[in-house]
Amino acid sequence: MSLLSVTDLWKGYGQQPVLEGVDLEVAAGSLTAVLGLSGCGKTTLLRVIAGFERAERGTVSLAGETLDDSSTYLPPERRHIGYVPQEGALFPHLSVRQNIGFALSRRERQGSEVARLLELVGLDALAERMPNELSGGEQQRVALARALARRPRALLLDEPFSSLDASLRSRVREEVHALLLEQGVTTVLVTHDQEEALSLADTVAVLRDGRIVQQGAPTQLYEHPVDEPLARFLGAVNLIAADFEHATARTPLGALALRTPRDPAAARAGTVMIRPEQLEVRVLEGDRADGLGGRVEQCRYYGHDALLHIRPEQPSDAGVLLARVHGEQALAVGTPVSVTAHGPVTSLDRDS
Amino acid sequence: MRRLAAAETTQRRWTRTLSGHRRWPLVSAAGGVLVTILVLLPLVFLVVQAQQSGWSEAKHLLLRHLVVVLLWNSVRLTFACTILCAVLGVGAAWCVERTALPARRLWAVLLVAPLGIPDFVVGFGWVSLEPGLHGYLAAVMIMTLSLYPLVFLPVRTALSRVDGGLEETARSLGLGPWQTFLRVTLRQIWPAVLGGCLLVTLGLLAEYGAFEIVRYQTFTVAIFTEFKLGFDAVGACVLSLVLVLLSVAVLAGELLLRGRGGAVRSGPGARRASPRVQLGRWTGPVLIALGALGGLALGVPMGSLLYWVLHGGSSTLPSTSILGALAHTAAYSAAAAAIATALAVPVCAQALRHRNRLTILIERLAYMPMALPGLVIALGLVSFTVRYAFGLYQSSFELIVAYAILFLPLAVVGVRAAMGQASPRLEEVGRSLGARPSTVFRRVTLPLIAPGLAAAFALVFISSSTELTATLLLRPTGVNTLATQFWSYTSDFSYGAAAPYAALMVAISAVPAYLLSRRMSSVARMAEAR
Repeated sequence: MSLLSVTDLWKGYGQQPVLEGVDLEVAAGSLTAVLGLSGCGKTTLLRVIAGFERAERGTVSLAGETLDDSSTYLPPERRHIGYVPQEGALFPHLSVRQNIGFALSRRERQGSEVARLLELVGLDALAERMPNELSGGEQQRVALARALARRPRALLLDEPFSSLDASLRSRVREEVHALLLEQGVTTVLVTHDQEEALSLADTVAVLRDGRIVQQGAPTQLYEHPVDEPLARFLGAVNLIAADFEHATARTPLGALALRTPRDPAAARAGTVMIRPEQLEVRVLEGDRADGLGGRVEQCRYYGHDALLHIRPEQPSDAGVLLARVHGEQALAVGTPVSVTAHGPVTSLDRDS
Repeated sequence: MRRLAAAETTQRRWTRTLSGHRRWPLVSAAGGVLVTILVLLPLVFLVVQAQQSGWSEAKHLLLRHLVVVLLWNSVRLTFACTILCAVLGVGAAWCVERTALPARRLWAVLLVAPLGIPDFVVGFGWVSLEPGLHGYLAAVMIMTLSLYPLVFLPVRTALSRVDGGLEETARSLGLGPWQTFLRVTLRQIWPAVLGGCLLVTLGLLAEYGAFEIVRYQTFTVAIFTEFKLGFDAVGACVLSLVLVLLSVAVLAGELLLRGRGGAVRSGPGARRASPRVQLGRWTGPVLIALGALGGLALGVPMGSLLYWVLHGGSSTLPSTSILGALAHTAAYSAAAAAIATALAVPVCAQALRHRNRLTILIERLAYMPMALPGLVIALGLVSFTVRYAFGLYQSSFELIVAYAILFLPLAVVGVRAAMGQASPRLEEVGRSLGARPSTVFRRVTLPLIAPGLAAAFALVFISSSTELTATLLLRPTGVNTLATQFWSYTSDFSYGAAAPYAALMVAISAVPAYLLSRRMSSVARMAEAR
């Protein structure tokens, strides 16, 4: 089922441990994103999988074949794993055509294979250009075509979009994603951008302090983060004190359904996580508050939406509430509002 | 099986990255071992030879009045020349790089050109015109004029790289232009100034020919005299060791003065070029000053050379001997350049790609000959061959090896710069695309570092073809290179006969140097265009 699997992987540099027991399963044909802050060991993980570095402990295997463990080590050239580093790393002394054909045999280079790959990434017109004559996005696409030329068993992408301008990034991202879907190649993408990970990947694995703290579908991670730091890493959150009653949480915002009923044996008091987009804000007219009354303390306007900081009227332990509203609903500071929550919420055990 | 696993673990510890294929690192490691042996061999045998006499004899040799005189001569010469070179080099570099000087590019070329003329030819140029020129002041003048480009060149590069944004920030913080230069600009170029001064000092300690011509006694002159005329190998070796200690002291001094903190740039923002200073009414005086410098350093030696070539009784010139000398020079230099470049590749590859204490040490060792005068290395090799390989004594092979050791640092500089720019990512990508390490080297690394290899080859070739001191000691009997033939004519005051040899040496070094500088500037332009 899973094509690439990494088990209890350890790796450090000198005294500095980087990976401390990483477990990662990548399903065949899937796009798995490894998400983590810079310096968390994402790149090291990719380099071990590619074979540029050797693990100190643990196993890397691909389709049942062991690539790296205490007794075997397959050099990178025999792994058939494609690798696209951050800056693309095109060979500067070779043209686009020669870069793409690097892994092909002489006969394959003569044939139509390079033309097929050029067409695949939409660069037929640029075949004779040198890498320094390409834009950042074009370089990325050449690097991708070069990695795909050998029909790799898996593809590793190391922050492939982070060096691109913001305006270019989303477009290249879409193009690459479409291409990967079309090719059906198993891909591991490393990124520090949670938006990128959530929007592109089938599965997201979060790497923190040298370990994978959670791996799952994007929605699962967003809705059921294992702990508070991860909840915050994936997006803004409101953490609100609650009393639990089987499948209901009683909060200052009223009784809210829980996504998963709580174990009756667990503590009755705890915290629920409510994402800002789960809060509905209405301007208060008169004093008929059907939700929690409060005032707008700050309004961050982003165009497509706005993030309101709302201070509840009655002092409560909820603190400031964050609510994401439509752009046209941006409100002036001081506006009296009423806040209600909708949708199921997740109970979260604070870091103990 | 278990043994295999044990070997595997050891292997793992030694080659952290890109391990797996054992043969390739082995080739590389063999290069490192060879370099270590070659570099240490002359030094070791210098010590062996000097020790032969026993401690009391060595003490006797060291505590001579001669040694005191030599020390005093070396110290006062070094101080005066280094300071003059620093002032002239920084001043000229600033004028060329940071002011709106007319014909800047031309000045840049003219002011570096004296590097292409061997120091002993500069000495010859002056003394053949003015035979009264000798002693301390003559030595200071000739060496300053020959060596100031060693400061000019790196400082000019450093100045062009100083982020103008820093200077503008300093001005906005209330510093005047002069204060900004002292507190910001000079700090930024300080490593380049020191590096240049280090080269000047080492050059001074190593020079022999120019001092012989102006009859100024330094260590090299004394060593040469003791060995060649007094047949006193032990005395020469003892003096050589003192000279080595002086070089070590200079290196240590540079390390101390260098200080901490390099040029740090945060953020990916583009480096801002500094605006050029308008010279205004200073244009004339600056042009005159630079003209004078160029005239004295380049014009006088070249003019003198031209005069002797044209008027020096060319009828006495046996043209076959000049062709023979040229052929020998070219053959020796090319062989040495090929060996030095080939040795530099594994040293740099190991130091950059498999960085650990051992490979870093080997890289440092490869730089060591830079601090060793050619005379010292030649003496060490003589001591070795006379004892253990007499068949090699004064053979072409010994001379070529001496050149290769002597100029290995130049090759390492050239290769390292190129290899440092070739990102290891590219090699890794090559591996992930199915190429074996040796294939990656051939298809990725080699094409990327080829210009660096060419530069390294050219540098070693130029330096070897104008090398005098080691050649005088090591050349096969009866064989003359351009430098030694020039030298024997000069010693007989046959200036006219000597001049064509000097002209040829200048031509040999000028052509590759010109090509090299053009390539460098085109690379720089490409980098700017990006």
